[in-house]
Amino acid sequence: MKARAFGKYAGAVILAVWVLFPMYLLTAGAFSTQNGVYQYPKSLWPDWSTGTMRFFWDSVGVPAALGRSVIVAAITVALSMLIGTPAGYAIARYRFRGRNPYQMSIVSTRAFPVVVLSIPLAVFFLQWGIYDTVWAVALMHTALVLPFVVLITSSVLAGIPVDLEEAAQVFGCGRPGAFWRVVLPLALPGLAAAASFAVLMSYNEVFAASILTIERPTLPALVLNALSASPDPYKFAAAWLLMIPTFVFIFIMRRYILGFGVERRG
Amino acid sequence: MDGGSARDRDGKISRRGVLRLGAAAGAGAAAAGLLSACGSGGSTGGGGGGGGNLIFLSDQLSTTVETAAMRSKILSGFKSSGVSFTSFADTTQFVDQVIAQAKAGAGTLDLIGGLQGDFVALEAQIPLRDMSDVIGELKDRNFPQAYLDLAKIKGAYRFVPWITATYLMVANKKALAHLPSGADVNTLTYDQLLAWGQALKSATGQQLIGFPASPTGLIKRFFQGYAYPSFTGGLNTTFKSQAAVTMWQYFKQLWAVTNPQSPTYAMMDEPLLSGEVWVAWDHAVRLSNALQQQPDNFVVFPAPSGPKGLGYEPVLGGLAIPTTSKRVTQAKSLISYLAQQQTQATMLNAESWFPPVGASALPSSLAPGVSAEAKAIDATTGAPGALASQLPVGLGAQSATYDKAFVDAFTAIALNGAPIPATLAAEATTLQSVLQQAGAACWKPDPASTGVCQVG
Amino acid sequence: MPAGLKPDRPAAARRRRPGAAPYVLLAPSVAYLVVFFIVPLLQGLRLAFTGQDGQWGLSTVHGLLNDPGFWSSVWNTLIMLAIILPVQLVLALAMSLLVNAKLRGSGFWFYVYMLPLGISDLTSGIIWYSVFTQQGWLNSVLQDLGIIHQPFIWLSYQHQLLIIATIVVAEAWRSTSIIVIILVGGLQAIPREYSEAADVFYASPWQKLWHVTLPLLRPTLRTALILRTVLAFEVFATVIALAGSSLSVLATKANNAYTQYQEPHLAAAYGILIMLLSLVSTALFLVMLPVRTEQAS
Repeated sequence: MKARAFGKYAGAVILAVWVLFPMYLLTAGAFSTQNGVYQYPKSLWPDWSTGTMRFFWDSVGVPAALGRSVIVAAITVALSMLIGTPAGYAIARYRFRGRNPYQMSIVSTRAFPVVVLSIPLAVFFLQWGIYDTVWAVALMHTALVLPFVVLITSSVLAGIPVDLEEAAQVFGCGRPGAFWRVVLPLALPGLAAAASFAVLMSYNEVFAASILTIERPTLPALVLNALSASPDPYKFAAAWLLMIPTFVFIFIMRRYILGFGVERRG
Repeated sequence: MDGGSARDRDGKISRRGVLRLGAAAGAGAAAAGLLSACGSGGSTGGGGGGGGNLIFLSDQLSTTVETAAMRSKILSGFKSSGVSFTSFADTTQFVDQVIAQAKAGAGTLDLIGGLQGDFVALEAQIPLRDMSDVIGELKDRNFPQAYLDLAKIKGAYRFVPWITATYLMVANKKALAHLPSGADVNTLTYDQLLAWGQALKSATGQQLIGFPASPTGLIKRFFQGYAYPSFTGGLNTTFKSQAAVTMWQYFKQLWAVTNPQSPTYAMMDEPLLSGEVWVAWDHAVRLSNALQQQPDNFVVFPAPSGPKGLGYEPVLGGLAIPTTSKRVTQAKSLISYLAQQQTQATMLNAESWFPPVGASALPSSLAPGVSAEAKAIDATTGAPGALASQLPVGLGAQSATYDKAFVDAFTAIALNGAPIPATLAAEATTLQSVLQQAGAACWKPDPASTGVCQVG
Repeated sequence: MPAGLKPDRPAAARRRRPGAAPYVLLAPSVAYLVVFFIVPLLQGLRLAFTGQDGQWGLSTVHGLLNDPGFWSSVWNTLIMLAIILPVQLVLALAMSLLVNAKLRGSGFWFYVYMLPLGISDLTSGIIWYSVFTQQGWLNSVLQDLGIIHQPFIWLSYQHQLLIIATIVVAEAWRSTSIIVIILVGGLQAIPREYSEAADVFYASPWQKLWHVTLPLLRPTLRTALILRTVLAFEVFATVIALAGSSLSVLATKANNAYTQYQEPHLAAAYGILIMLLSLVSTALFLVMLPVRTEQAS
């Protein structure tokens, strides 16, 4: 038993290092001196410096863009969960005509490269007068995220036995009441996963966001130039800045996804 | 939605209304960051920091440092109003924004700054404002006729010449020790370049020449404006000629001593700074970072010359006012400001973009990296046998497809080892159909043609 | 009990007609997508079937098939998918089983394994390019350790398989969390009794995994695979960063056609092909991993 436990811990540690090490490398790159970035062989413990990061932060308008990203993500997750969860329930609980085609098409439309739709989308939002606002980006992101929310919620809800709902209905709950009181609490970890996915997808989405904004970009749209066309030190700084808020978010969400506090069934 | 307060009494969205909203939100956001951004409703400002800004969009000056310098050193000097400058590194994103705003009949842009090719592409899709009035007002700037000719698209001036650049080479000083004997880096021939690359390889074991061969790199300009004119004396009319075959054979040899990671290089200043490449060819602005970061490590020099001369190609950027702009007078005064000698001097020193004027009009005190580039550019344009390529006009929406033929030829010949004559023949067909569709006549270095340019 | 293991219900109960309820529940999502995505999508699709002159026809499709590098990009896309999916599945299973094993600090492990979920493919491209580039981290470490004496060019166009390997590594690093998060949810839904029942019969850990856990995970695995596959088709920033012009996948072809060559027709044609492949693979997963739905009453 001891050997097996040791093996498990060793495995967990190795995988954790695999995940964390490249992030450390990014941090080292973002906080090196400019010359340190270009040095070879690179040193794993660089000459630490905040110069690049400070220049980047001061010159680019990062806080406002981050705020916008947060708002966009919030609207996106709210809208997509509101619209997507009922659809997921329908797929999970009903066998109806069009069920498979719906699933297949809703997901595969997402595979079409959004960049090709730049002009039609921009014109659409321009004509509606909401171009270059967080609403335009949030509405677009909801459309992009919705198929995945439907997919994940349908999978989650399918894993919850129908008996529980039926039992609740026996005890006097209506169909919605059964859903709310019985299914939802059990589905919470899975729904939290779907919601986290929606938030992170929206946060990282760069192409639709850069099509739809000029003066009021989200953070990825703002730093897109830095990420793709600027000298390396700025690339690292931008990527690091983009990465850190997600760490905070995942930290908050992990308890909900892991379902701590929700009684395990069985 | 917060669109409500952006509407005027007629219910129409006014840009002033949206900007007002943005201003209100922007002030709040600036003051308290995240939380106030939440409190001000859906749309939050903060980009330009205040209402009434002119919105200036460009696809140049897009790197972090360049945009920062543009805002803090150049646009800050414009006193009549604030300017909100945004730049997209991706040309298509820029073009699409302008097109979308024109097609929607509504938009926020007041000034656009793009390359000549961008305006050619735009004119093919949407009407561009006739800028003859502004050019008339700026007569004292003495724009060279060559640039004005390029600004004339579909019978009227569509942009005001703004910035120019060209393509140069940069070498790490360590590489100079391996120059072939008798070669002067300022008057290299292509053969000497090849010998240099080969010497570097035998001395260090590494392939140290570099070309920007990534999808966003400008190696296509090397073939169009440098290799073809220098080896064949022409471009379209000599595309698959025997001289062209010789050029490609030469290039394969040069490629054999070029860093095989070049297909990932978009801008050559990075590989130069990291030492992966010791001798590089690229757009002057994409080399400037190396010259500024480590001025003592690099030399900049003109491109080499070939059997037919020193082919080179200028880059021309211009300013235009979109037809949907509602602040034409202010935009015009911003253009005048940007055309002033003082502003242009700052632009040169801070951004390495040259003003669209003759060499004699350059300011006297230049930053070291910039003055080195200026010298190299002078050496290029002043070289005996200098063959200036005109930028393609008349290709309209086909200009990028035209470029693709060159990139495909390069990919096939250099990356995939395809036979040269067959590849050139295939791409020549593509080129001819592009030229046919665009109805484009030949341009320098080809001799002028009466009808559609014939690919030879 | 999870679907698939329940004793069969009476046929009559299963075949009761669902009525209007599912359609009502689906309607908002369909309406939303039609407005915000399908309408522009149709305009995009139209591009693929009209020529440059605006006439309907198959000239663009023709152009697609004759585009240099078309077949190799198809091939590369499929190869990469074929390699990435199993690698990620194994990694993700390992991670989720470890999290589920109630080790000390499983919350911490879970948090760490989740972190790449926040990383976009643009960021991942930057990180892994800085690792694999000639004067990058990998060569620095190898040279410091004395394993190499000169930087090795991992991203050379002459070593396409090596480039593909670097892309697989980058993608395996970045997007395994997507699968982990779904698998962990699925694992948590498996009641303890099954594992305990297997223990009663002295099943070894591998037997438990193969005969008990994996079959119960089938619906979750299916979701994860569909999700990951569709996302895999759209990833291109990492490929552009690591491969540049050396090799293409369909997504980079589509993107380059649009942004570099300003050929929206060709880009739309590539887009449709990507969509079709996505559709086919989703259908394949739905068919190969069927999951019996518990019919609602």
